[in-house]
Amino acid sequence: MPADWLSPADWQAVRLSLKVAFWAVLCSLPLGILTAHALARWRFPGRGLLNMLVHLPLILPPVVTGYLLLLTFGRQGAVGAWLEQVGIVLAFRWTGAALAAAIMAFPLMVRAIRLSIEAVDPRLEQAAATLGARPAWVFVTVTLPLILPGILAGAVLAFAKAIGEFGATITFVSNIPGQTQTLPSAIYTRLQVPGAEAQAGRLVLVAIALSVGALVLSEWLSRAAARRVAP
Amino acid sequence: MSLSVRIDHTWPGFALSVDVTAPPGVTALFGTSGAGKTTLIRAIAGLLRPDRGRIAVDGRVLFDSDRGVNLPPHRRRVGYVFQDARLFPHLSVRQNLLYGRWFAGPGGGPTLAQITDLLGIAPLLERHPAALSGGEAQRVALGRALLARPGILLLDEPLAALDQPRKAEILPYLRALRDATDLPILHVSHDPQEIRALATTVLRLEGGRVIAQGPPDAVLPLPLDAGVTLRATPRDGPGPGQWVDTAAGVLHVATRATGPLQLRIAADQVMVATAPPAGLLGATVLPARVVEQADGLLRLAVGTTHLLARAPQDPALCPPPGCAVHAVLLRDPTVLDATGRATGSPSQTD
Repeated sequence: MPADWLSPADWQAVRLSLKVAFWAVLCSLPLGILTAHALARWRFPGRGLLNMLVHLPLILPPVVTGYLLLLTFGRQGAVGAWLEQVGIVLAFRWTGAALAAAIMAFPLMVRAIRLSIEAVDPRLEQAAATLGARPAWVFVTVTLPLILPGILAGAVLAFAKAIGEFGATITFVSNIPGQTQTLPSAIYTRLQVPGAEAQAGRLVLVAIALSVGALVLSEWLSRAAARRVAP
Repeated sequence: MSLSVRIDHTWPGFALSVDVTAPPGVTALFGTSGAGKTTLIRAIAGLLRPDRGRIAVDGRVLFDSDRGVNLPPHRRRVGYVFQDARLFPHLSVRQNLLYGRWFAGPGGGPTLAQITDLLGIAPLLERHPAALSGGEAQRVALGRALLARPGILLLDEPLAALDQPRKAEILPYLRALRDATDLPILHVSHDPQEIRALATTVLRLEGGRVIAQGPPDAVLPLPLDAGVTLRATPRDGPGPGQWVDTAAGVLHVATRATGPLQLRIAADQVMVATAPPAGLLGATVLPARVVEQADGLLRLAVGTTHLLARAPQDPALCPPPGCAVHAVLLRDPTVLDATGRATGSPSQTD
């Protein structure tokens, strides 16, 4: 494959998408594990509400999510204004794209991890408790190792979703080449320009390859998780 | 070391109310399913919070509703061996064994080598739980509980999921464990044979209450089929019942028949007297000799056959094998029909 198969601008978009997805997944993973554990194992008031909130980005029009992000995390927004004081600007930056991608991918991540936690026999956790392990240690020494493949599966799925996120991203951080123009935004832009269909087509192939690869990997990890918890 | 438990716990359709102490050694919790055995040991382990009461091991209070004490399971130092071994599938046998030791911290208690020797699991150390047989897994679970340095051991039907050969394989290890430690061991079981093999004391639970407490032979019910079946030939004589000839001697039955009969003499109907009894109206007394004692029963040689009788509750009162005694039949034997079932009530006549 020749190096100029993708233009420098296209490469930039692919690289940016990978970077955005990587950080989106990495930063949201701890919260994702915590949320999944809470939904799978804890009984607390507001559990239903939390479950709904987590799943909301899956159902809301992405443009609405993006607009809500802009209202909250924009420079004038309640959280955004405060963050700007400590030197963090999200709106119209790649970091904002990562936030949008993280929120849109969160339901998929939590779902996969939650399923793997629910597959862990709680009686194993009881046994660990009777052997002297406090709840945090039970989680670290029993639950976590058993759900590790499930966590990886959730992370890979979320990564794929984050690469493909478009609606919320373009609403929140716009479509600035080299700064916030991710893979889907780049494809969208190419399609608006006459004569760039071939360029867009190549990006589409990249997107398909990344998505299928992630899906296959996630499936494989999920199966590994199932094998692990069912001796 | 000892355990004292006094708890009340109610939920819809069931109430548990017990007040018991268990000395070092094996105390069996015996009862049908739903009697409250597992509820009781879950409460001791802290996996269930009783409504009221107090639980203490060796003076250490684990739970006291009056004083608001309720230690979480990980601070109770209770070794719990579950019916399903519950080994951690992602850890090797060695890591499983040492899991609790890590939390118990350094100092005292049996070593890994002592435990693996005691339970015969040294060759399994590098294996994973998935590669163990049911009996091996249960021995590893036992070792894991012991290495956590518990103050008491709770065995929740650890043999129930195993077949007879596997049970026979583990029982010697449990006996060795009982003799090697001064831990109180609570052993939940509904298998009288298993209890006789292990326990010094039996608590019999029924409907959430302790209905009997004592040595196994005194507390355990006799096997349902304890008793003997004899062939009988009727003699002529006045009714309503009649005398019959049997291998055990001449007996009286309440029914009348012309042909041969099958009689059933349950162990519960036979009492043993060491001196010739006098003045027992309606009872038949036969000369007998003690053959052996097992499972709460005495086997007696009577006539040219054997009869079974319930052994005395105090083992010291039990006549030794070979001792001449008198078998007292408290009731007339039950007459069986051709299919081996008892015929109508004994007062009926044909």
